[in-house]
Amino acid sequence: MSAPAPEFDRGNARHGDDSRGRKRGMPGDRTVLAVEGLDVGTRHTPLLHDVTFSLHRGERVGLIGESGSGKSLTALAVMGLLGEGLRAGGDVRLSGRTAATRNLLDVGEREMARLRGDAMSMVFQEPMTALNPTMRVGAQVAEVMRIHGTQSTTGARRRVVELLDQVGLPDPAHLARSYPHELSGGQRQRVVLAIALANDPALLICDEPTTALDVTVQATVLDLVVRGVEERDAAMLFITHDLAVVATVCERVLVMYGGRIVEAGPVAEVFGDPRHRYTQGLIAASDLVGEGGRRGRAALPTIPGTVPAAGRFPDGCVFRSRCDHANDLCASLPPWTPRGEHPAGDRAYGFACHHPAGERPSHSTSPAGALAEGSTVEMEQHRG
Amino acid sequence: MADPDTPAIELREVYRDFRRPRTSLREAPPVVRAVRDVSLTVGRGERFGIVGESGSGKSTLLRLICGLDRPTSGEVLVEGRSVGDQPHRRLGWLRERLQLVFQDPMSSLDPRMRVRDIVAEPLVAQGIGGDHTRRVRELLERVGLDPEAADRYPHQFSGGQRQRISVARALAPDPDILVADEPVSALDVSVRAQVLNLVDEVVEGLDLTLVFVSHDLSVVRHVCDRIAVMQAGEVVEVGETEQLFAEPQHAYTRSLLAAIPDLHAALAGRTAQDLARGASPDAPD
Repeated sequence: MSAPAPEFDRGNARHGDDSRGRKRGMPGDRTVLAVEGLDVGTRHTPLLHDVTFSLHRGERVGLIGESGSGKSLTALAVMGLLGEGLRAGGDVRLSGRTAATRNLLDVGEREMARLRGDAMSMVFQEPMTALNPTMRVGAQVAEVMRIHGTQSTTGARRRVVELLDQVGLPDPAHLARSYPHELSGGQRQRVVLAIALANDPALLICDEPTTALDVTVQATVLDLVVRGVEERDAAMLFITHDLAVVATVCERVLVMYGGRIVEAGPVAEVFGDPRHRYTQGLIAASDLVGEGGRRGRAALPTIPGTVPAAGRFPDGCVFRSRCDHANDLCASLPPWTPRGEHPAGDRAYGFACHHPAGERPSHSTSPAGALAEGSTVEMEQHRG
Repeated sequence: MADPDTPAIELREVYRDFRRPRTSLREAPPVVRAVRDVSLTVGRGERFGIVGESGSGKSTLLRLICGLDRPTSGEVLVEGRSVGDQPHRRLGWLRERLQLVFQDPMSSLDPRMRVRDIVAEPLVAQGIGGDHTRRVRELLERVGLDPEAADRYPHQFSGGQRQRISVARALAPDPDILVADEPVSALDVSVRAQVLNLVDEVVEGLDLTLVFVSHDLSVVRHVCDRIAVMQAGEVVEVGETEQLFAEPQHAYTRSLLAAIPDLHAALAGRTAQDLARGASPDAPD
């Protein structure tokens, strides 16, 4: 084994909080993950286009969209877990224990393995397949600490009980000795969460962690995820197709369709006043109840058609094949229109649509506002 | 047609026990009571919902209603005729009256059959001979599919379209009762709305009785008039939809309702912690 690359050499730094803080990027820069212009595709089929977002420490961001929109692919690209035959281009930077000096897409597998489960970790949808059926769950939690050298064998054993206790499992010392098949779905997902949080990651990615669970179990697991992330001041990327879950768990949301981020912003603004026609349709279709009571037996609003297969999305605006407002203009790619100031940058609050819903963007003197202004004029010309 | 006053479905003190594998030579094998003491009446033309978490016995109850399983004790009546104590070959009449739509649109359609054969299969199974082409066309149009779809195979359709094919197949023998087992839980949000609208439209248009099973309370609330809540094999509460949502009587129903994430409530400031607190029934309100 050769010596680890200096960027990922944590040395003893992680055990002292002060030195860890100093090592992490520039002072005041709280960015944990910065993804810039991420493209993923097979040789012939592009799957993700120009995905750009960033996550700050302590921030919980949702990534929503229907199946086939590229949510999981984004997560896998960040984690360096893309399948064979998939190529990623762009820039992904993580500042966890060390400053973000390298593009993760250029980093070799050995170094990625060092990061995974340590500075960044992931909770998968299906807890049964994420756990090893032939290993006791305690050993699986200890393994991640042993491999990354964060705990000695005896220290890890003690820490396992603490972690299992933190995720609300009853009698953790005894439970650590059971096998995954002896646990219920909710308990398994808690074990997976304990593994993900074992090394205090700076970034936690959750890919539909509660989709396979019952509602009451989902509620407790969501609570544990939020608490675990808050305690560690970690950044979280939460992938789901359930808008209500995102609204409950996250502060900010990214809406994905056809491999592009089509809208982004704070949860209240995006869900309360969506601009992109896809976001608007998604919210209308998923709202079965209506505000403050029953919608009645009126037909639900739907988005016509279905999500196209990968690579079959139209050019220009990806949503135009299903959009009622689409016209010739939509054959060109809609520019990103910022909606307002956001600490995480222009791409954190805005949309990409030629015919946005809602009222015109508010006036502002910032360059961002001017850009929004321009696209409004363009939009009105095409309406008239 | 039977007397219009008899309820569409009636269950009287139904139990269903399953024997677990023997664990000891001396003791009797342990028994799992999947359904215990369930008595329910579903009126004609009613939209009846059954909700519960996994393992609550809702699927077992559904199998009993459809004559796919027999109760350990108790009676299951469909349109006044007994289902529970009949052998399969004497349930032909039930297949005419009652049809099913399953959860998974991938596995509930035979991948080697063309759509026209899938949709016509219930007719063939009932021994109705002749050419079904016209009926299949009519059914496909009814569920919003292009009649040309008849010549294609299931894998050529998306999840939502496959669920439409399932509905068309269920409607083929012109049933009175439609039983849907989690028909939308495998679908995306935008497609879910399309399929819910379709179910709504055929139930309304063909004057069907609907039994709708789901773990998703908000879906059931949208679709059904009356809801039964199941927990550990028992029906703990039955009520009119709006009343059940407004004033849940049973503690379990309350915890179930409190645990549903809701977009409007979340935007108004309900956090995951609030959800979790509501979900555990022993926590103080």
